Amino acid sequence: MVDVLIIGGGGTGLSAALTAKKEGASVLVAGKSYPTASQTSMAQGGMNAALGNAGEDHIASHIADTVKSAHGICNEHMVRKMCSDAPGAIRWLEELGVPFSRLNNGKSGIENVAQRQMGGASAKRACYAQDYTGLKILHTLYDNCLKEGINFLDDHFLLNLITQDGTVKGAIFLDIRSGEVMQVNAKSVVIATGGFGTLYHGYTTNAYGSTGDGIAAALRAGGAVSDMEFVQFHPTALKHSAILLSEAARGEGGYLLNCKQERFVDELLPRDVVARAIFAEFEKGHEVFLDVRHLGREKLLELLPQEVELCRLHEHVDPATQLIPIKPVAHYTMGGIDVDDALEVNGIKGCFAAGECSNAKIHGANRLGGNSLLEIITFGRFAGANAAKHALFARSTPADDARLKKDTAHITHIYAREHVVNFYEARERLGKLFYDKVGIVRENGKLHEALDEVIAMQAVLPKMGIKDRSKEHNQNLVEFLEFSNALLLAPAVISAAIARNESRGAHFKRGFEFEDDERFKKHIVLQWKNEETL
Amino acid sequence: MKIKVFRSQTNTHQEYALPEGETTLLKALMHIKATQDATLTFAAGCRASVCGTCAVRVNGKEQLSCSCKVKDGDLIEPLQYHPVLRDLKVDKQPAKKTLYSATAWLHSFTEAAQNHADEKRSERQTDCILCDSCYSACPVMAVNPDFIGPFALTRAYRYSVDKREADVKGIVDAIQCNGVWDCTLCGECTAACPKGIDPKMDIMMLRSASVQQGYADPSFITQSFGAPDFGGGFGFDPNAGF
Repeated sequence: MVDVLIIGGGGTGLSAALTAKKEGASVLVAGKSYPTASQTSMAQGGMNAALGNAGEDHIASHIADTVKSAHGICNEHMVRKMCSDAPGAIRWLEELGVPFSRLNNGKSGIENVAQRQMGGASAKRACYAQDYTGLKILHTLYDNCLKEGINFLDDHFLLNLITQDGTVKGAIFLDIRSGEVMQVNAKSVVIATGGFGTLYHGYTTNAYGSTGDGIAAALRAGGAVSDMEFVQFHPTALKHSAILLSEAARGEGGYLLNCKQERFVDELLPRDVVARAIFAEFEKGHEVFLDVRHLGREKLLELLPQEVELCRLHEHVDPATQLIPIKPVAHYTMGGIDVDDALEVNGIKGCFAAGECSNAKIHGANRLGGNSLLEIITFGRFAGANAAKHALFARSTPADDARLKKDTAHITHIYAREHVVNFYEARERLGKLFYDKVGIVRENGKLHEALDEVIAMQAVLPKMGIKDRSKEHNQNLVEFLEFSNALLLAPAVISAAIARNESRGAHFKRGFEFEDDERFKKHIVLQWKNEETL
Repeated sequence: MKIKVFRSQTNTHQEYALPEGETTLLKALMHIKATQDATLTFAAGCRASVCGTCAVRVNGKEQLSCSCKVKDGDLIEPLQYHPVLRDLKVDKQPAKKTLYSATAWLHSFTEAAQNHADEKRSERQTDCILCDSCYSACPVMAVNPDFIGPFALTRAYRYSVDKREADVKGIVDAIQCNGVWDCTLCGECTAACPKGIDPKMDIMMLRSASVQQGYADPSFITQSFGAPDFGGGFGFDPNAGF
């Protein structure tokens, strides 16, 4: 029995692993791919910390900006914790060897870490490593995990959490390589499985794997989820491929232009405002472009090398001389597993959640650019430390194999199922449905249509299945399980969006265009009553 | 448009028809899996050349599926020198162990004053996404599977030039055996890297660092220069590495 089982090997999982190990706990990190393949690698722009290296800044300003962007529904205690832990988190990463971009100021340590402007920030606050900030943090964490001898279970797909009397006892995984269903007993668990942006399949910047597996598992195990209606749309994804262009492009001075070559919005407003302004241009029949030509080739290659290459490859555009066609797409899910101030899951004792899969109520209705990398490091460490502490006093009797038997039976059942409906087609349809009807601008009529379609799709799910009958390395099975998880979360997102008859942050509803504090300055929390549902 | 894809269960190349029009190889593979053959197995992640998951060989050259435009007649195969798990999906765990052998991490932190030029010293090397393309392209792997290989050596180099590293010798010590001297400097790794990293240059720099730490090229040590011994000294020595 392991002390701390960490599910997910991204920035949150690895920060939690290093911290729990340092606390003396035995640690195991399980994930459905390799740690360095995680969504964290896609974070480009930066990580916020009020260091004041590039002009005056204060932790109080960072807190104020974050609270403002959250539109009244954040937990200010948690925001204060994250923002005040930020400089320490940068120092921790500095000591692990993260290759931050640097200033020529003659200083040492974290005082020479370069900082850039991001939307909604009152200072140059985002520490960065060119436009590869997430990649370089993730890989440095991974190097340190190798150094510290952290154990990994790669290619293990989370099926379910094991709970007993409301306390977590471990988790059940599908070993993708062997096809076996296996049980990992643990004294405490950290869920670090990322968000569910791929509900918007085809209309999201997220990697294919962001299917909300951990959130779905927490729901099934009796945990609560909250703020599911708040989905952030990133203003600037490439028009045809939905590949992300960092906010740093605007932070460094890029403009947004419509097809009349006019600027139509202050590009440095928070993402929800900019995304809606672009959407309004689309409704007028205008295309929208990102213009960074005036920055010049040299500066572009220096500050945004990855962007230049992605534009060339996927849009056949040279950003130094041409306009970049863009559209806003789903980028980040603010809601997720509802946790308390110690990041313990509400409804499951001994189970912690951090990062995008969790809702620690720091982003509220709209996340600021640069706060997600900050969250995964500060709260990844916090969750790791708390899980290690919990393990000290947790009972070490392992759970029985009841859950294992159920999940094994479920997988067997999927193999036995007569294949009728192609779920890949349903996945495409679900993505488009969400973008069109649960998107940037919502309407109750369309939301109800979307809910009906999703419920219809759920009714067909038992008729969907796998064509590939191979036991080993069955990616078809994994993708079906991922789709099932996304489909399980879909009604939670839509019903919360229907219930919130107001507009707040990323949730904007026609007919209810204003914030209604009296009725809605609160979180919508959902929890299943029937634990037995699979 | 037709492409041929390696299928591991039959050890053959299977032909698939694709709709005409420009598309990435990854999109083409997704299309095949969703509409034609759900058993075709490959790994994919971010679509944006940064997660390192989707490297394969296209007509014998390593490519990220997500950044490679597919052409009629393309032959798609898994990476070399990795155990093939199924079709295009390979086991990267053995290759990742080289990071451990190379001790590719910061050994001993010391606070340092760094500037923009210091950032540049390892900027390119830290763009590495661990896609394993270089490892697949490395011909040394064919003769010495224990060779630490290009990406781990690049990563060791990246930490060795970090001003925060107080124990450069610790890194250099770890890359002597099956390390920098086993490379043939053929440059295939550099040609294969989708991120423009130059492991060959990094390995040459690590050789210089090794010499500074008192190491010498073992293939020269076994040769004799002083005595008139033309028989064994300059010939091919099968035990000497490359």
